[in-house]
Amino acid sequence: MKLDVVLRVVTKLMLPFMLVFAVYVQFHGDYGPGGGFQAGVIAAAALILYALMFGLTSAMRVVPTWLVEKMIPVGVMIYGGTGVVSMFLHENFLNYDALDHHHTVHAQEWGVFLVEVGVFVTVSSTMIAIFYAFGGRGR
Amino acid sequence: MEVLQPILAHFNHWITIFLMVAGLYVVVARGNMIKKLIGLSLFQTSVYLLYISPGKILGGTAPIIGDNIEVYSNPLPHVLILTAIVVGVATLALGLGLVVRINEVYGTIEEDEIFTQEDDDE
Amino acid sequence: MESLINMVLLSLLAVVTIGVVRLRNLFAVIILGGIYSFLMASVLIVLDAVDVAMTEASVGAGISTVLMLTVLYMTRVEEAKPVHTPMLPIFVAGGTGAVLVYGTWGLPAFGLADTPINTHVGMAYMDLSIPDTGIPNVVTSVLASYRGFDTFGETTVVFTAGIGVLLLLRRGVSLARLRRKQQEEESKS
Repeated sequence: MKLDVVLRVVTKLMLPFMLVFAVYVQFHGDYGPGGGFQAGVIAAAALILYALMFGLTSAMRVVPTWLVEKMIPVGVMIYGGTGVVSMFLHENFLNYDALDHHHTVHAQEWGVFLVEVGVFVTVSSTMIAIFYAFGGRGR
Repeated sequence: MEVLQPILAHFNHWITIFLMVAGLYVVVARGNMIKKLIGLSLFQTSVYLLYISPGKILGGTAPIIGDNIEVYSNPLPHVLILTAIVVGVATLALGLGLVVRINEVYGTIEEDEIFTQEDDDE
Repeated sequence: MESLINMVLLSLLAVVTIGVVRLRNLFAVIILGGIYSFLMASVLIVLDAVDVAMTEASVGAGISTVLMLTVLYMTRVEEAKPVHTPMLPIFVAGGTGAVLVYGTWGLPAFGLADTPINTHVGMAYMDLSIPDTGIPNVVTSVLASYRGFDTFGETTVVFTAGIGVLLLLRRGVSLARLRRKQQEEESKS
């Protein structure tokens, strides 16, 4: 672990860009390639890279296991919650027009945004949780 | 080019079938469980090709609406496969989890060795 | 030109696949799997599926390679020599392949615009997306809005698989530890 100075420094340099790229992919998904699935995987990959370089324990100090395991159902609940809210506003499940009846285009953009956030949270936390589970077994 | 036309027309299908058959062969023939899972993902990626290839239109571009673009490829297969990839890695992780547990209990991930151990136990 | 690049990349994909099938060193196989995923991502870009290519590059070459290497770290790197002759698998796989190749003669040629898949629902989304949702990336609007229920199901599958892995692998009462304890007790008595 002493001879990998180059890898460690390069990892530290790359991490902020990876995380910003994940955020870009998430929020620019409406206008270019990307979306919740890709952004979630990229964000998880950034943390996995950190864990590979600096050890699982230091990664768990950054993003603790309990948080990751809470976030998995939270993402599904954000997604499902969007659908339930539109049901309460007298529309069908996941029909985002209900969010703003006067500007349905705005409502659709809001709905897509919320749903993508739900996907992002679920995918990224699931990937991190899976990696933690496998990494924890290895020792 | 005239002679090549029938080959060009179905080349994607044939490669898809080749990948599919290779995946199927690995799953059936190999006893190592990690290798079996790799075969399964080979099969899975061939299905991505199977879906995406017919949606391509020659001379078209990616289905992101822009100015001065006339021809787009079909977006629907992309949507179906995009989610399939992420679900695929989740199920792969589940399979690998089972492999880890099997390795912990039997000390091996070779199918044949597990069967002999089971026979010895009886 | 497009179809030429497509053919070259697909041929490379087939070559890598032969390597994956034949090699017995699992480390090499997993690294080849990463190369395979990147090639597949390139093919998907040529086929205009940019969103899918992005997912395949990050998932296939990134996450699944790391997961496989983590598992390989706990098990043996070298695959055992096969005990059985591979005649039956070759017969099964070859037979399936032959039937599938026979089936391709009925399929429309590559890259045409007037095939059944390209004339119905998929292309309708192209005209509807901007007036309905204001989202230029049609893949996103179909994924999250038109087929939101579908994606909800997929998210739930990811959730379920994550829960499954946690149930299997989280530290608790481990079967292996129980077995070891049992063996120790047996050896004592």
